[in-house]
Amino acid sequence: MTKINDKSLWMSGNEAIALGVHEAGVKVASGYPGTPSTEIMENLSKYKGVYTEWAPNEKVGLEVAIGASFAGARALATMKHVGVNVAADPLFTASYTGVCGGLVLVSADDPEMHSSQNEQDNRNYAFAAKLPMLEPSDPSEAKELVKLAFDLSEDLDTPVMLRITTRVSHVKGVVEKGEITASHAACGIQKIPGKLVMLPAIARKRRVVVEERMDKCRELAETAEFNRIEEGDTKRGFITSGVSYLYVKEAFPEAAVLKLGMCWPLPEKKIRAFAAMVDELFIVEELDPFLETHIKAMGIECRGKDCIPNQGELNTAIVRQAIEPDSGPELFEPVELPQRPPNMCAGCPHRGIFFNLSRMKVFVSGDIGCYTLGFLPPLSAMDSCVCMGASVPIAHGMAKALGDDGYNQVVSVIGDSTFIHSGITGLINTVYNNSASTLIILDNRITAMTGQQHNPTTGYNIKGEAASSLDMEALCRAVGVKHVYKVNPHDVVETRRILKEAVELQEPSVVISEAPCVLLPEMKERKPVSYFTNQENCVGCMSCIRLGCPAISWTPFTEGEAEERGYRKKQKGISKIDEILCNDCGQCASLCKFNAITRGEGK
Amino acid sequence: MEDTGNILFSGVGGQGILLASEITVYALLSAGYDAKKSEVHGMAQRGGSVTAQLRYGKKVYSPLIEPGCADIQMAFEMMEAVRYLPYLHAGSKVIVNTQKILPPSVATGQAEYPKDVLQHLTERDIVVVPVDAFDIAKEVGEIKTANVVMVGALSVFLPIDPAIYEEVIRTRVPERFRDVNLQAFAAGRKVSE
Repeated sequence: MTKINDKSLWMSGNEAIALGVHEAGVKVASGYPGTPSTEIMENLSKYKGVYTEWAPNEKVGLEVAIGASFAGARALATMKHVGVNVAADPLFTASYTGVCGGLVLVSADDPEMHSSQNEQDNRNYAFAAKLPMLEPSDPSEAKELVKLAFDLSEDLDTPVMLRITTRVSHVKGVVEKGEITASHAACGIQKIPGKLVMLPAIARKRRVVVEERMDKCRELAETAEFNRIEEGDTKRGFITSGVSYLYVKEAFPEAAVLKLGMCWPLPEKKIRAFAAMVDELFIVEELDPFLETHIKAMGIECRGKDCIPNQGELNTAIVRQAIEPDSGPELFEPVELPQRPPNMCAGCPHRGIFFNLSRMKVFVSGDIGCYTLGFLPPLSAMDSCVCMGASVPIAHGMAKALGDDGYNQVVSVIGDSTFIHSGITGLINTVYNNSASTLIILDNRITAMTGQQHNPTTGYNIKGEAASSLDMEALCRAVGVKHVYKVNPHDVVETRRILKEAVELQEPSVVISEAPCVLLPEMKERKPVSYFTNQENCVGCMSCIRLGCPAISWTPFTEGEAEERGYRKKQKGISKIDEILCNDCGQCASLCKFNAITRGEGK
Repeated sequence: MEDTGNILFSGVGGQGILLASEITVYALLSAGYDAKKSEVHGMAQRGGSVTAQLRYGKKVYSPLIEPGCADIQMAFEMMEAVRYLPYLHAGSKVIVNTQKILPPSVATGQAEYPKDVLQHLTERDIVVVPVDAFDIAKEVGEIKTANVVMVGALSVFLPIDPAIYEEVIRTRVPERFRDVNLQAFAAGRKVSE
């Protein structure tokens, strides 16, 4: 966030939502990190007057927010799109209880899967859970709509969803500061079982209230300013919401537009009036034909996914060319270049584990985190990855399917935060149902992928204050795992010995890989020590190169160069460590058998 | 104020692209422009190719640059100057830090770093402005100002008075680094002028 002048700020959509939540007088906020949602909670934790926390998973996060709402406070839960799947259980029933203090769930969707395993369209949740959903187009509107969401929640007695996408969360724009408002509700204990205890008899009564509330919301949607008709050329009219609105405005600046700030429920009368105004009606939306399906169900003729892609992000050019083919400029073709995929950092402790797994004949059931990069060459040591926590039960299921031969063929790999999120229940199942698979917990003391958030294992809370630190080994033993090993992944050879021993056991085993993430501030502040290549000793065996460390590179010899420089005639090249990039992990040195890598100060 | 523009920033995760794009935005906002900038966070930041897209003008709706419409590209690495060719057009200007960072396939001996990679740009009538940002930053006395050298080189092509940039640097940079950053900015400008 940067101040431009007394009123205006330059900020991202996520920062703007945090500001809006602060201005809305929210008291309690909980969430689980996940791109592109993470920075909402990170920024909110810097404001005074609001309690913030990282929850172990999204279900817990939403339930904490529901509790705060029941106590009369304004409450927020934040998560990425797939996190809403985890939180769906409380969400669907909170729709029946309604709220006391305003309750808002932010769902940050990731069309194009910049940093996600799927691109599900969470507008479908608003329809399925019978909840209002607001959808801003840019940071400025995100701040306004999140504030409004709390008012709406209290006025209609309902949780409200705010759906954003990567191009709202991680776009920066100019945002105006506003007044701080307050909750309409008072904090305190209220015993209202007819509203809050969802037993069948009560739930059936609340079910009726849900429909009445959605009818009220539909009426409100007809007159609300956030659903606005922007008059223009009526030859073509566009109904659109979210970031797609921006692309329509740029591709067809003269056209009439119905801009929906609320994508569920829909203002049917307004849509009919707009459809009658225009000659041809287009629905422009990313991913699913959500608006289109519901507008067509009203019996309104329109075009949409017959020309607008239903996969990936849109942009101005895609929207223009979908409607006016051949309208764009002729483009340069891309030239072929070596790919530059993301890679584990130099000194990353995960590398030591995946290097070993790549040399063991096992199926690696992987999970969600930085370590999913273990899939990429040269390590290529991950064979499946589905969702948070899935690595453990998938390995168990495979072992059961393989029967008596399965005990030493499957391992699962999970990070510390993901294990806490939803790996523990899988481990309990593995033990209870007598599996023989090995679980490797990569304990790097931080939630790294999303940019260094604390979790129940790190010993700190969201504000960096001391908190309890979960004892991973004791937890594994408590759920009944008899064989729990701890390894230092930087000692590659010893790690291999322990992994092999664990895998060969005919009972459940856990290997905890203990080494901190190299991006932790305390790791960055260490004395500059590096490993160096003694190039005169290098025989070109490429043992170190196969780690795929960004700090190690291979220099091939030109013809005759090997002999000229005093190496064996057949040697193809030598490796070199870039001491600026080196993070002093020593994995390469533990692999080198020729004393060609040594540790030294003064990088 | 009629000027609108699209600037594509490209490089490798961890090079500090975001900071350079921020200084440029502050200058544009100080000069009275509207602006939007799109970044990608998360997995892409781990050493992979990264971009930031900056659009400015009287009123900016879309945060994304249309293919074929980037007027200027700020590339922090040579190969990353060429990777986004479909975003450029004949006459686009590419300001490129003449640094090579080897991608994994090259570092492990599986592929070669392409030779004369910038030729792909010049042969399509794209204007290349090479900047030895690290050498210049070293001469100025602080290697960490390579970013600001690049910002200086870019500033020549934007409709902003250099005094506005200098004010931005003065107000945004901690005092002890102020002078060296102002020098880096001036040295960067010289490259493009």
